[in-house]
Amino acid sequence: MLLAFDWTELAQQIVVGLASGGVWATLALALVLIYRSTGVVNFAQGEMAMFSTFIAWSLVHHGLSYWAAFLLTIGISFIGGVLVERAVIRPVEDAPVLTVVIVTLGLFFVVNGAARWIWSPETRSLPNAFSTRPIDVAGVAFSIQDLGTIAVSLGAVGLLWLFFRFTKLGLASRAAAVDPEASRLLGVRVSWMLALGWGLAAAMGAVSGMLTAPALASFDQNLMQPVLLYAFAGAVLGGIDSPLGAVVGSLILGVLVNLIGTYVDWIGTELRLPVALAVILGVLLIRPAGLFGREAVRRV
Amino acid sequence: MPEPLLQLEQVDARYGPVKALHGVSLTVGEGEVVAVLGANGAGKTTTLRAVSGTVKRSGEIVFAGNRISGRPPEAVARLGIAHVPEGRGTLTDLSVRENLRLGAYVRRDRAGIREDEQRVLSYFPWLEHRAGQRAGTLSGGEQQMLALARALMLRPKLVLLDEPSLGLAPMVVTEIFRIVGELNEREGLAVLVVEQNAVLALEASSRAYVLEVGRVAVEGSSADLRRNESVRRSYLGY
Amino acid sequence: MGRRALGVGLWLLIAAAALLVYLFAPTFVSDFHSRDLAHAGVFFIAIVGLNLLTGYTGQISLGHGALMAIGGYTTAALVVHEHWRDVWTIPLAGLAAGVVGFLIGLPALRLSGLYLALATFAFAVAMPSLLRKFSGLTGGGQGLRLLESAPQQVTGISGTVTIFGHSMTQNHFLYYLTWAIGLVGFLIMWLIVRGGLGRVFRAVRDSEVAAASAGVNLARYKTLAFAISGVYAGVAGSLLAIQDEIVNPLTFTFLLSILILVGAVVGGLGSLPGMVLGALFVQYLPDLSTRVSSKPGVPDFVYGAAIILVMILLPSGAGGLLRRLAEPLTTRLYTRP
Repeated sequence: MLLAFDWTELAQQIVVGLASGGVWATLALALVLIYRSTGVVNFAQGEMAMFSTFIAWSLVHHGLSYWAAFLLTIGISFIGGVLVERAVIRPVEDAPVLTVVIVTLGLFFVVNGAARWIWSPETRSLPNAFSTRPIDVAGVAFSIQDLGTIAVSLGAVGLLWLFFRFTKLGLASRAAAVDPEASRLLGVRVSWMLALGWGLAAAMGAVSGMLTAPALASFDQNLMQPVLLYAFAGAVLGGIDSPLGAVVGSLILGVLVNLIGTYVDWIGTELRLPVALAVILGVLLIRPAGLFGREAVRRV
Repeated sequence: MPEPLLQLEQVDARYGPVKALHGVSLTVGEGEVVAVLGANGAGKTTTLRAVSGTVKRSGEIVFAGNRISGRPPEAVARLGIAHVPEGRGTLTDLSVRENLRLGAYVRRDRAGIREDEQRVLSYFPWLEHRAGQRAGTLSGGEQQMLALARALMLRPKLVLLDEPSLGLAPMVVTEIFRIVGELNEREGLAVLVVEQNAVLALEASSRAYVLEVGRVAVEGSSADLRRNESVRRSYLGY
Repeated sequence: MGRRALGVGLWLLIAAAALLVYLFAPTFVSDFHSRDLAHAGVFFIAIVGLNLLTGYTGQISLGHGALMAIGGYTTAALVVHEHWRDVWTIPLAGLAAGVVGFLIGLPALRLSGLYLALATFAFAVAMPSLLRKFSGLTGGGQGLRLLESAPQQVTGISGTVTIFGHSMTQNHFLYYLTWAIGLVGFLIMWLIVRGGLGRVFRAVRDSEVAAASAGVNLARYKTLAFAISGVYAGVAGSLLAIQDEIVNPLTFTFLLSILILVGAVVGGLGSLPGMVLGALFVQYLPDLSTRVSSKPGVPDFVYGAAIILVMILLPSGAGGLLRRLAEPLTTRLYTRP
């Protein structure tokens, strides 16, 4: 029975799942970053990532190589994220949480509308980030695309971790998220830490978008909406207040969704999204804090 | 008489529509330990907040020749005022070492920071063993000492200490005040300490102000206040 | 005592003015615009319901569009499958949504803030797929068409409706019906909110721990808030189905949930008078946005920008502004000199 099971296929499907999960992980991390610093979920994160992807497309369209466009877009997105925070979030810094949520919803429409206005709604495509040849690892064929996607996603996450763990600014940023009042007394400019958080989140979103687009034959302005949903699911699964959780949760989700889609017959590709929704609801009902989140226990 | 290090002149402070300080004036000289006493709600914490800029205030506040009455907390810290807030303000999710590092956040002199790290560890040697621990796992007394150590990392000219004895066992509190005294003697550190425990505060300080409903009711040398029975009974509760 | 009478008198004056506006508005607007106003009425009812849940009880719901779907589809199913008269389905639609609201309220007991928002978000996003799945009842992707399947059950199909001897166009009828229900609903909500029940809800919003320590049965009141707001959403959805004479999965997307929430926040959470403004905002803003330019993306851009601007200028919504404007007056009336 064990020998009859196709281990090669399992390994391949796991890698495919990790690749999807990796893309969702970068967006999920962006969501968690903003949640930790600003206290809200940024519903516009996916659209901002989409906008970045279109910027990348324009750069490639004007002759830049994929990777040059990739790096430049990350930089532009970072600045964009900071500007968005200064322009739109700062004015409502002290407002009730729901007001800020509505602002992010408004931002969703603004960014989506802007993207459809600047680049008309026709479909377009990005060249492949990696070569489409398969590669042989221990006798099993994997696609370079998938392995590369995993590498870039985890690389981006890794760089972010290094920043927060080992730099002075990263430390200050973490402090501002944990206790803004105490941080202010230490001289940390908490307001600018928020802006930094939004910039980094936008950069992560850009990575997510630019890894999503090439895998599709063509894309349009609705590119990131399903990804946002998966990112939510991954973040909820891992724990919405835990950066580690967001990444691990998304990777697990990616593998889970892919394996279920492959091995359970009646869940074809169109039901992958409801699986994600079911995960969100399931986790929230069973253990809202997710795998790594802090258990907000309130026993009265 | 030399210019005082810190001078408050007719300072008002408000929380929204509620006024908490009415025309408070006080001074702290170089290397002085000054206590602010009074009952709950008298405005002691608010006074410290007025200095560090974490509450809306009006009036004159001058520190080392700089007018700080309008400046935000980030700027006040950069001038050399370390505020240890009520409840210590420990960054619980960060490690002990990270807390200390953040104490020196506004400084750029790497050599000086390393020097101060050594100095601080000499006062609180146990911090070294716990450096990697999450600050939230420390006991109340340890967190208070960490907060003090963190304040020292700023190389401040003035430390604002808010209710250091709050929630701590008497032995721990005595130790903390002993360290404060040592810091004042050895480093010439000026301290403005707010305390409900008047006995301790008067012993540790050279001058004191007693606040009542947001106003300075009594002021004088701590020795005098300690001896003054009527003051003790009416304002200090013993 | 005299001050009290003045306060009451002022309220009666406002109520009378509102009644007059309600009764005579259609005479000042075109028949077509009566339709729009009727549509705004649907938003109004849903927003008032959401306001109870989110503004007064502090439970965030991003899923009110889905509750409206329950109401709308109940009405449509009863008309199309069981041949009920459309208007008589309204109470049942409200009840159905109220029950679903209650059911949602149960697991919501363990969730709060962000988690509750995410759970209701997932529910709202899942609704269109669910509607498509149970196609036997819901007509799947095609939805249910009241006009085609059961024209005799649609009030005003002939073009005019006669009530108590008065004849009016179908659009006017829909307007009067919707806002009559809206005003009654508003009144009921007002009574709930200013009474003991309202106080309990607000206690839950301000501090669940404090409320529970005071003996408040959190479970009962949270689910009650969900149920009541569900009833309102159901009635709103039902009226939407009656007005549009059609329902399909695209009628009740997550977008609708957002609109209701935006309307409630712009109106001012915890402020009943602001809800009218909130409803008008979400009714007319998309229209006005399209007027600016119909190039792809511009209406959405304008729409989103308007929402952001309103939130920046009025973080507490219209209700907050009304409260601030009325402060000198209310202080005079209600505080002792």
